[in-house]
Amino acid sequence: MSRQANRATDSKKMNSELFTLTYGALVTQLCKDYENDEEVNKQLDKMGYNIGVRLIEDFLARSSIGRCQDFRETADVIAKVAFKMYLGITPSVTNWSPAGDEFSLILENNPLVDFVELPDNHSTLIYSNLLCGVLRGALEMVQMAVDVKFAQDTLRGDSVTEIRMKFIKRIEENLPAGDE
Amino acid sequence: MADEAPFQLLHSEVIQYIYKSAEGETESGRNVTKLENIGFRVGQGLIERMTKDTARFKDELDIMKFICKDFWTCVFKKQIDNLRTNHQGIYVLQDNKFGLLSHLSVGKQYLEHAPKYLAFTCGLVRGALSNLGVKSIVTSEVSVMPSCKFQVMIQKA
Repeated sequence: MSRQANRATDSKKMNSELFTLTYGALVTQLCKDYENDEEVNKQLDKMGYNIGVRLIEDFLARSSIGRCQDFRETADVIAKVAFKMYLGITPSVTNWSPAGDEFSLILENNPLVDFVELPDNHSTLIYSNLLCGVLRGALEMVQMAVDVKFAQDTLRGDSVTEIRMKFIKRIEENLPAGDE
Repeated sequence: MADEAPFQLLHSEVIQYIYKSAEGETESGRNVTKLENIGFRVGQGLIERMTKDTARFKDELDIMKFICKDFWTCVFKKQIDNLRTNHQGIYVLQDNKFGLLSHLSVGKQYLEHAPKYLAFTCGLVRGALSNLGVKSIVTSEVSVMPSCKFQVMIQKA
Protein backbone atom coordinates (compact mmCIF):
# COMPACT_ATOMS: atom_id res chain seq x y z
CA MET A 1 0.00 0.00 0.00
CA SER A 2 2.73 2.40 -0.84
CA ARG A 3 0.52 3.98 -3.39
CA GLN A 4 -0.89 6.68 -1.18
CA ALA A 5 2.57 7.98 -0.55
CA ASN A 6 3.32 7.93 -4.24
CA ARG A 7 0.26 9.90 -5.00
CA ALA A 8 1.33 12.93 -3.06
CA THR A 9 1.79 14.91 -6.20
CA ASP A 10 3.29 18.32 -6.09
CA SER A 11 0.03 20.14 -6.42
CA LYS A 12 1.56 23.59 -6.70
CA LYS A 13 3.60 22.60 -9.69
CA MET A 14 0.69 20.72 -11.18
CA ASN A 15 -1.48 23.74 -10.92
CA SER A 16 0.91 25.86 -12.91
CA GLU A 17 0.91 23.08 -15.47
CA LEU A 18 -2.84 23.40 -15.65
CA PHE A 19 -2.39 27.00 -16.67
CA THR A 20 0.36 26.15 -19.13
CA LEU A 21 -1.67 23.40 -20.75
CA THR A 22 -4.84 25.45 -20.91
CA TYR A 23 -2.93 28.26 -22.50
CA GLY A 24 -1.45 25.83 -24.99
CA ALA A 25 -4.87 24.52 -25.91
CA LEU A 26 -6.08 28.06 -26.39
CA VAL A 27 -3.23 28.99 -28.72
CA THR A 28 -3.87 25.82 -30.68
CA GLN A 29 -7.50 26.78 -31.05
CA LEU A 30 -6.56 30.28 -32.18
CA CYS A 31 -4.15 28.90 -34.75
CA LYS A 32 -6.98 26.78 -36.09
CA ASP A 33 -9.38 29.71 -36.21
CA TYR A 34 -7.15 32.33 -37.77
CA GLU A 35 -5.25 32.07 -40.98
CA ASN A 36 -2.19 34.05 -40.12
CA ASP A 37 0.01 34.39 -37.10
CA GLU A 38 -0.41 38.14 -36.95
CA GLU A 39 -4.08 37.73 -36.16
CA VAL A 40 -3.31 35.18 -33.48
CA ASN A 41 -0.74 37.50 -31.90
CA LYS A 42 -3.26 40.29 -31.87
CA GLN A 43 -5.94 38.12 -30.33
CA LEU A 44 -3.58 36.87 -27.62
CA ASP A 45 -2.63 40.42 -26.78
CA LYS A 46 -6.25 41.39 -26.52
CA MET A 47 -7.10 38.49 -24.24
CA GLY A 48 -4.07 39.29 -22.14
CA TYR A 49 -5.26 42.85 -21.83
CA ASN A 50 -8.63 41.68 -20.55
CA ILE A 51 -6.90 39.47 -18.02
CA GLY A 52 -4.52 42.24 -16.97
CA VAL A 53 -7.22 44.76 -16.17
CA ARG A 54 -8.77 42.27 -13.78
CA LEU A 55 -5.62 40.69 -12.46
CA ILE A 56 -4.28 43.99 -11.17
CA GLU A 57 -7.04 44.06 -8.60
CA ASP A 58 -6.15 40.64 -7.33
CA PHE A 59 -2.53 41.69 -7.32
CA LEU A 60 -3.04 44.88 -5.33
CA ALA A 61 -5.26 43.10 -2.84
CA ARG A 62 -2.82 40.26 -2.30
CA SER A 63 0.46 42.10 -2.32
CA SER A 64 -0.60 45.22 -0.41
CA ILE A 65 1.89 47.20 -2.39
CA GLY A 66 1.40 50.93 -2.47
CA ARG A 67 2.11 53.55 -5.04
CA CYS A 68 5.41 53.28 -6.92
CA GLN A 69 7.67 56.33 -6.84
CA ASP A 70 9.07 55.91 -10.31
CA PHE A 71 9.20 53.57 -13.27
CA ARG A 72 12.22 51.79 -11.82
CA GLU A 73 10.27 50.81 -8.79
CA THR A 74 7.41 49.67 -10.99
CA ALA A 75 9.82 47.49 -12.92
CA ASP A 76 11.06 45.91 -9.71
CA VAL A 77 7.59 45.24 -8.43
CA ILE A 78 6.60 43.61 -11.70
CA ALA A 79 9.63 41.37 -11.77
CA LYS A 80 10.05 40.52 -8.12
CA VAL A 81 6.49 40.47 -6.87
CA ALA A 82 4.05 40.04 -9.75
CA PHE A 83 5.93 37.48 -11.82
CA LYS A 84 6.91 35.63 -8.67
CA MET A 85 3.35 35.54 -7.46
CA TYR A 86 1.66 34.41 -10.61
CA LEU A 87 4.24 32.52 -12.62
CA GLY A 88 6.70 31.52 -9.93
CA ILE A 89 9.64 33.08 -11.67
CA THR A 90 11.66 36.21 -11.10
CA PRO A 91 12.84 37.81 -14.31
CA SER A 92 15.79 40.15 -14.14
CA VAL A 93 15.36 43.81 -15.00
CA THR A 94 18.08 45.14 -17.28
CA ASN A 95 18.94 47.23 -20.32
CA TRP A 96 17.59 50.48 -19.03
CA SER A 97 17.45 53.24 -21.57
CA PRO A 98 19.43 56.37 -20.58
CA ALA A 99 16.18 58.26 -20.04
CA GLY A 100 14.95 55.58 -17.68
CA ASP A 101 11.73 55.03 -19.56
CA GLU A 102 12.47 51.69 -21.13
CA PHE A 103 13.73 48.38 -19.78
CA SER A 104 13.85 44.68 -20.46
CA LEU A 105 12.57 41.77 -18.45
CA ILE A 106 14.79 38.76 -19.02
CA LEU A 107 13.06 35.45 -18.39
CA GLU A 108 15.49 32.61 -17.87
CA ASN A 109 12.68 30.15 -18.24
CA ASN A 110 9.16 30.86 -19.28
CA PRO A 111 6.56 28.50 -17.79
CA LEU A 112 4.15 29.19 -20.63
CA VAL A 113 6.38 27.39 -23.11
CA ASP A 114 7.21 24.38 -20.95
CA PHE A 115 5.78 21.84 -23.36
CA VAL A 116 5.96 23.83 -26.54
CA GLU A 117 7.77 23.55 -29.83
CA LEU A 118 6.87 25.86 -32.67
CA PRO A 119 6.24 24.16 -35.98
CA ASP A 120 7.98 25.67 -39.01
CA ASN A 121 4.82 27.11 -40.51
CA HIS A 122 4.26 29.33 -37.48
CA SER A 123 7.53 31.20 -37.56
CA THR A 124 5.92 34.57 -36.89
CA LEU A 125 3.75 33.43 -34.02
CA ILE A 126 4.57 35.20 -30.77
CA TYR A 127 3.48 32.35 -28.57
CA SER A 128 3.55 34.10 -25.22
CA ASN A 129 2.07 37.36 -26.46
CA LEU A 130 -0.62 37.07 -23.80
CA LEU A 131 1.94 38.30 -21.27
CA CYS A 132 2.38 41.58 -23.13
CA GLY A 133 -1.34 42.16 -23.00
CA VAL A 134 -1.50 41.32 -19.32
CA LEU A 135 1.26 43.81 -18.48
CA ARG A 136 -0.28 46.49 -20.65
CA GLY A 137 -3.75 46.00 -19.20
CA ALA A 138 -2.59 45.85 -15.61
CA LEU A 139 -0.46 48.98 -15.84
CA GLU A 140 -3.19 50.85 -17.61
CA MET A 141 -5.36 50.36 -14.55
CA VAL A 142 -2.75 52.13 -12.45
CA GLN A 143 -2.62 55.06 -14.87
CA MET A 144 0.40 54.04 -16.86
CA ALA A 145 0.40 53.66 -20.59
CA VAL A 146 3.16 51.34 -21.69
CA ASP A 147 4.29 49.64 -24.83
CA VAL A 148 5.15 45.99 -24.33
CA LYS A 149 6.63 43.57 -26.80
CA PHE A 150 8.79 40.52 -27.09
CA ALA A 151 12.35 41.29 -28.15
CA GLN A 152 13.70 37.75 -27.87
CA ASP A 153 12.05 34.41 -27.44
CA THR A 154 13.61 31.06 -26.59
CA LEU A 155 10.94 29.41 -28.71
CA ARG A 156 12.44 31.04 -31.74
CA GLY A 157 15.98 30.05 -30.96
CA ASP A 158 17.13 32.96 -28.80
CA SER A 159 19.05 32.07 -25.66
CA VAL A 160 16.69 33.94 -23.34
CA THR A 161 13.21 35.40 -23.46
CA GLU A 162 13.19 39.16 -23.33
CA ILE A 163 10.17 41.39 -22.87
CA ARG A 164 10.80 45.02 -23.68
CA MET A 165 8.69 47.61 -21.87
CA LYS A 166 8.50 51.26 -22.75
CA PHE A 167 6.81 53.91 -20.67
CA ILE A 168 4.64 56.14 -22.83
CA LYS A 169 2.76 58.43 -20.50
CA ARG A 170 0.80 58.83 -17.36
CA ILE A 171 -2.88 58.51 -17.97
CA GLU A 172 -4.31 61.59 -16.34
CA GLU A 173 -7.96 60.97 -16.21
CA ASN A 174 -9.07 57.96 -14.33
CA LEU A 175 -11.73 56.82 -16.73
CA PRO A 176 -11.98 53.11 -17.29
CA ALA A 177 -10.98 52.27 -20.84
CA GLY A 178 -13.35 50.41 -23.10
CA ASP A 179 -13.58 46.91 -21.78
CA GLU A 180 -13.17 44.74 -24.80
CA MET B 1 2.27 31.13 -5.58
CA ALA B 2 -1.19 32.42 -6.22
CA ASP B 3 -2.08 30.81 -9.45
CA GLU B 4 -5.80 30.39 -9.17
CA ALA B 5 -6.52 33.88 -10.40
CA PRO B 6 -4.61 33.57 -13.68
CA PHE B 7 -6.25 30.26 -14.47
CA GLN B 8 -9.73 31.52 -13.65
CA LEU B 9 -9.24 34.62 -15.75
CA LEU B 10 -7.78 32.63 -18.60
CA HIS B 11 -10.72 30.26 -18.39
CA SER B 12 -13.17 33.16 -18.67
CA GLU B 13 -11.25 34.57 -21.60
CA VAL B 14 -11.37 31.25 -23.39
CA ILE B 15 -15.13 31.11 -22.93
CA GLN B 16 -15.56 34.66 -24.06
CA TYR B 17 -13.40 34.10 -27.09
CA ILE B 18 -15.23 30.97 -28.17
CA TYR B 19 -18.60 32.61 -27.79
CA LYS B 20 -17.56 35.80 -29.50
CA SER B 21 -15.93 34.12 -32.45
CA ALA B 22 -19.13 32.23 -33.10
CA GLU B 23 -21.38 35.24 -32.89
CA GLY B 24 -24.35 34.97 -35.16
CA GLU B 25 -24.26 31.23 -35.06
CA THR B 26 -27.48 29.93 -33.72
CA GLU B 27 -26.22 26.65 -32.39
CA SER B 28 -24.76 27.16 -28.98
CA GLY B 29 -24.05 23.46 -28.79
CA ARG B 30 -21.06 23.94 -31.04
CA ASN B 31 -19.45 26.35 -28.62
CA VAL B 32 -19.90 23.94 -25.79
CA THR B 33 -18.29 21.24 -27.91
CA LYS B 34 -15.34 23.49 -28.68
CA LEU B 35 -14.81 24.28 -25.03
CA GLU B 36 -15.12 20.63 -24.21
CA ASN B 37 -12.46 19.78 -26.75
CA ILE B 38 -10.07 22.31 -25.31
CA GLY B 39 -10.67 20.83 -21.86
CA PHE B 40 -10.15 17.35 -23.26
CA ARG B 41 -6.66 18.18 -24.48
CA VAL B 42 -5.75 19.74 -21.16
CA GLY B 43 -7.12 16.78 -19.22
CA GLN B 44 -5.09 14.37 -21.31
CA GLY B 45 -1.88 16.28 -20.71
CA LEU B 46 -2.50 16.85 -17.05
CA ILE B 47 -3.36 13.29 -16.09
CA GLU B 48 -0.34 12.02 -17.95
CA ARG B 49 1.93 14.20 -15.86
CA MET B 50 0.08 13.46 -12.64
CA THR B 51 0.14 9.72 -12.89
CA LYS B 52 3.61 9.17 -14.21
CA ASP B 53 4.88 7.94 -10.84
CA THR B 54 1.75 6.37 -9.44
CA ALA B 55 1.06 2.70 -9.15
CA ARG B 56 -1.37 0.99 -11.48
CA PHE B 57 -5.04 1.45 -10.64
CA LYS B 58 -6.97 -1.50 -9.29
CA ASP B 59 -10.20 -0.88 -11.11
CA GLU B 60 -12.58 1.70 -12.45
CA LEU B 61 -13.70 2.83 -9.01
CA ASP B 62 -10.11 3.33 -8.00
CA ILE B 63 -9.63 5.58 -11.01
CA MET B 64 -12.73 7.56 -10.17
CA LYS B 65 -11.52 8.05 -6.63
CA PHE B 66 -8.26 9.35 -7.95
CA ILE B 67 -10.15 11.85 -10.11
CA CYS B 68 -12.27 12.96 -7.17
CA LYS B 69 -9.39 13.37 -4.77
CA ASP B 70 -6.02 14.00 -6.35
CA PHE B 71 -7.06 15.32 -9.72
CA TRP B 72 -9.73 17.62 -8.31
CA THR B 73 -7.42 18.89 -5.59
CA CYS B 74 -4.78 19.66 -8.11
CA VAL B 75 -7.11 21.55 -10.40
CA PHE B 76 -9.65 23.09 -8.05
CA LYS B 77 -7.86 23.02 -4.68
CA LYS B 78 -10.53 20.88 -3.08
CA GLN B 79 -11.94 17.41 -3.31
CA ILE B 80 -15.20 16.36 -4.83
CA ASP B 81 -17.74 16.46 -2.03
CA ASN B 82 -19.73 13.42 -2.97
CA LEU B 83 -19.20 10.52 -5.32
CA ARG B 84 -22.04 8.19 -6.15
CA THR B 85 -22.24 5.28 -8.47
CA ASN B 86 -24.78 2.70 -9.55
CA HIS B 87 -21.95 0.19 -10.03
CA GLN B 88 -22.96 -0.13 -13.65
CA GLY B 89 -20.76 2.48 -15.16
CA ILE B 90 -22.47 5.66 -14.04
CA TYR B 91 -20.75 7.95 -11.57
CA VAL B 92 -22.04 11.23 -10.23
CA LEU B 93 -19.48 13.66 -8.89
CA GLN B 94 -20.88 16.43 -6.80
CA ASP B 95 -19.01 19.61 -5.98
CA ASN B 96 -20.82 21.87 -3.54
CA LYS B 97 -18.67 24.87 -4.24
CA PHE B 98 -17.29 24.56 -7.72
CA GLY B 99 -14.36 26.91 -8.26
CA LEU B 100 -15.22 28.02 -11.77
CA LEU B 101 -18.70 29.05 -10.71
CA SER B 102 -17.61 30.83 -7.56
CA HIS B 103 -17.35 34.24 -9.20
CA LEU B 104 -20.92 34.09 -10.49
CA SER B 105 -23.93 35.13 -8.49
CA VAL B 106 -25.12 32.49 -6.11
CA GLY B 107 -28.57 31.15 -6.75
CA LYS B 108 -30.66 30.53 -9.80
CA GLN B 109 -30.55 33.83 -11.58
CA TYR B 110 -27.88 32.99 -14.16
CA LEU B 111 -28.55 29.31 -14.40
CA GLU B 112 -28.81 29.40 -18.17
CA HIS B 113 -25.18 30.49 -18.43
CA ALA B 114 -23.89 27.64 -16.32
CA PRO B 115 -23.21 25.15 -19.15
CA LYS B 116 -20.48 27.27 -20.69
CA TYR B 117 -18.63 27.47 -17.40
CA LEU B 118 -18.77 23.72 -17.01
CA ALA B 119 -17.99 22.56 -20.54
CA PHE B 120 -14.25 22.92 -20.14
CA THR B 121 -14.32 20.82 -16.98
CA CYS B 122 -16.46 18.14 -18.58
CA GLY B 123 -13.81 17.87 -21.25
CA LEU B 124 -11.08 17.90 -18.64
CA VAL B 125 -12.55 14.89 -16.88
CA ARG B 126 -13.24 13.06 -20.12
CA GLY B 127 -9.69 13.73 -21.32
CA ALA B 128 -8.18 12.52 -18.07
CA LEU B 129 -10.26 9.33 -18.08
CA SER B 130 -9.53 8.73 -21.72
CA ASN B 131 -5.79 8.74 -21.09
CA LEU B 132 -6.31 6.24 -18.30
CA GLY B 133 -7.99 3.98 -20.80
CA VAL B 134 -11.57 4.70 -19.80
CA LYS B 135 -13.90 5.94 -22.50
CA SER B 136 -16.71 8.05 -21.15
CA ILE B 137 -19.34 10.67 -21.69
CA VAL B 138 -19.35 13.49 -19.19
CA THR B 139 -22.27 15.83 -18.68
CA SER B 140 -22.93 18.48 -16.10
CA GLU B 141 -25.91 19.70 -14.18
CA VAL B 142 -26.48 22.72 -11.98
CA SER B 143 -29.57 23.37 -9.95
CA VAL B 144 -28.28 26.07 -7.62
CA MET B 145 -24.97 27.83 -8.05
CA PRO B 146 -22.23 27.35 -7.08
CA SER B 147 -22.82 23.65 -6.59
CA CYS B 148 -22.85 21.30 -9.54
CA LYS B 149 -22.86 17.68 -10.53
CA PHE B 150 -20.87 15.92 -13.18
CA GLN B 151 -22.23 12.71 -14.49
CA VAL B 152 -19.73 10.30 -15.94
CA MET B 153 -21.08 7.51 -18.11
CA ILE B 154 -18.49 4.89 -18.83
CA GLN B 155 -18.61 3.56 -22.37
CA LYS B 156 -17.95 -0.12 -22.46
CA ALA B 157 -15.90 -1.19 -25.43
